[in-house]
Amino acid sequence: MALLEIDKLRVGFDTEAGLLVAVDGVSFTIEQGKTLGLVGESGCGKSVTATSILRLVPNPPGRILGGAINFDGIDILKLKREELPKIRGKDVAMIFQDPMTSLNPVFTVEKQMGEVLKLRFGMSREAARKRSTEMLATVGIPDPATRLTTYPHELSGGQKQRVMIAMALLTEPRLLIADEPTTALDVTVQAQILNLIRELQKRTGASVLFITHDMGVVAEMCDEVAVMYAGRIVEEAPIGDTFKRSRHPYTKGLLRSLPQKSHAKKADLPTIEGVVPSLLKPPPYCRFADRCWKRKSLPEALQKKCYTEDPQLRPFKTSLVACHYPLEDTEQ
Amino acid sequence: MNANGSPLLLVEGLKKYYPVRGGVFAAKIGDVRAVDGVSFSVQEGETFGLVGESGCGKSTLGRTIMRLEEPTAGRVFFEGKDLAHASKTELFQLRRDVQAIFQDPYSSLNPRMTVGEIVREPLLVHNIGTKPEQIEKVRALFETVGLTGEMINRYPHEFSGGQRQRIGIARALALDPKLVIADEPVSALDVSVRSQVLNLMVKLQRELDLTYIFISHDLSVVEHVSDSIAIMYLGRIVEIGEADTVFAKPAHPYTRALMEAIPVADPDVHHQSVPVKGEAPSPVSPPPGCPFHPRCPYAIPACREAIPPLEPVAPKNGARREHLAACIRKHEI
Repeated sequence: MALLEIDKLRVGFDTEAGLLVAVDGVSFTIEQGKTLGLVGESGCGKSVTATSILRLVPNPPGRILGGAINFDGIDILKLKREELPKIRGKDVAMIFQDPMTSLNPVFTVEKQMGEVLKLRFGMSREAARKRSTEMLATVGIPDPATRLTTYPHELSGGQKQRVMIAMALLTEPRLLIADEPTTALDVTVQAQILNLIRELQKRTGASVLFITHDMGVVAEMCDEVAVMYAGRIVEEAPIGDTFKRSRHPYTKGLLRSLPQKSHAKKADLPTIEGVVPSLLKPPPYCRFADRCWKRKSLPEALQKKCYTEDPQLRPFKTSLVACHYPLEDTEQ
Repeated sequence: MNANGSPLLLVEGLKKYYPVRGGVFAAKIGDVRAVDGVSFSVQEGETFGLVGESGCGKSTLGRTIMRLEEPTAGRVFFEGKDLAHASKTELFQLRRDVQAIFQDPYSSLNPRMTVGEIVREPLLVHNIGTKPEQIEKVRALFETVGLTGEMINRYPHEFSGGQRQRIGIARALALDPKLVIADEPVSALDVSVRSQVLNLMVKLQRELDLTYIFISHDLSVVEHVSDSIAIMYLGRIVEIGEADTVFAKPAHPYTRALMEAIPVADPDVHHQSVPVKGEAPSPVSPPPGCPFHPRCPYAIPACREAIPPLEPVAPKNGARREHLAACIRKHEI
């Protein structure tokens, strides 16, 4: 059963130049215990989508323009402000690229973790300390009892990240939203944190929404992948299909531009020429058309459709793809 | 290699310590050993990749080579001239030959100057050519890096990240340098733009006979562009060699851990275990002996006793560059 169901979500930001629609009709579901990767380059709307789930988009200038976010049968967008804490930090927890987004610099680790446990479970100070120590040990903090008495600034980057994850997991959330949680970390520490998220997921059966720009991390962590481009999902598929049988020319282009062992040293890497269209006034046709290598390879008569019709996300073989001319198996 | 066979750049025993102060009188209580005795050479025309995680000293090393930081000890020879002890006037001349490209295209360009002024500035400082000649040169540089001459009157904010990095490259090339030190030049860029900038750097190297020191934490990028590579850990080089050799047969446990830790963009490849535990220790109080031993899966008691020197991994056998690693167990693991 789907734990999270997002339907035609639209999120905009009021700017001096007008309304910028950062997320424009995004739909996806996450099943119990599964990990969905939301990938794309900067500005594609992946983080805005994620923060909308907990209604954390700053308003103003941000506004949810439409759609529905169903979490276990509750439409989060219809909840009253005072009802939000029911969901936040309890059933749904979020971790960020910058751990100081969720850690308070003026309180010790113990105070912050204890507060969560007191509010959620009415735990006594003693019980909370015991539970917090266990959780810090679980996330791989050495000497957890001593660490409890420290302030966030006394911890290294990797340790702050671990403490934030520990706090997010204290309430045993059913959905963990991880927004670029390892982007600021060294690769050896990243490997540890990714492993930690996987192990905890295995144990608690939580679902994970994993937001990243790193295709390597996606391959490592996700069951399914939704690729975003200019505020839309352009392709959604099981992990193997995304990488081995990409259907959207953008997905294929992204994967091809990664330096790989198969590329000769210093040989030209494939690129995606051009720039993302402005989301203030996006074109009424395919948003990727201008940059699309597949379109350029087509006869003129066929290209016309790319410049007149806006492609919708629709089933194609084992994937969903928003392209008039999805890639066949022979084009992989 | 140039005519007399000597390297373009030779770094010998370079150290950069920053004092740590504390107590009532802010007395010196220790040192941050950012760069702790680094030696290597760079041959003309090659790309020398310098790899390591945050805090390993790779950026400080780059800045100390350029004398943007004063070295604590050691020598840096550029075409045989000692940069580390050069006078101000000598340094001014040497700076023409050694230029830098920085990571953040958003903060390394002055927002109040037009991009044309930014690229022209080195020509003004070094008093090269007349004004019309300088402007002509700036236009040509813009074309060289894939921008157009009409763009020179715009301001940095009007450009995307990738375009700004191209402007940073144009500025570095204004004085026709021989050596360009590029510190994480593509780390702030999106994947699709990153490959454009990498392609440009490779093209420019070919066309202008540039030598690069390419500093990055991203092994896949370094592997693609580098002829030689050095891996740094806690202020020291732990492994160095021809890039192909090091990537094919990494000898130091840290190099192996780094390579294993990189997530591969292939869902069929999965990491079974975590390559190393913990994080790099502070360069203020490095552990005794091999700096990597507290995290090393192969560490034995002897690893705590002395800092292992960089020693040959295999006989040179006509290789362009000897493969060296600083590990006493390099032949056993």
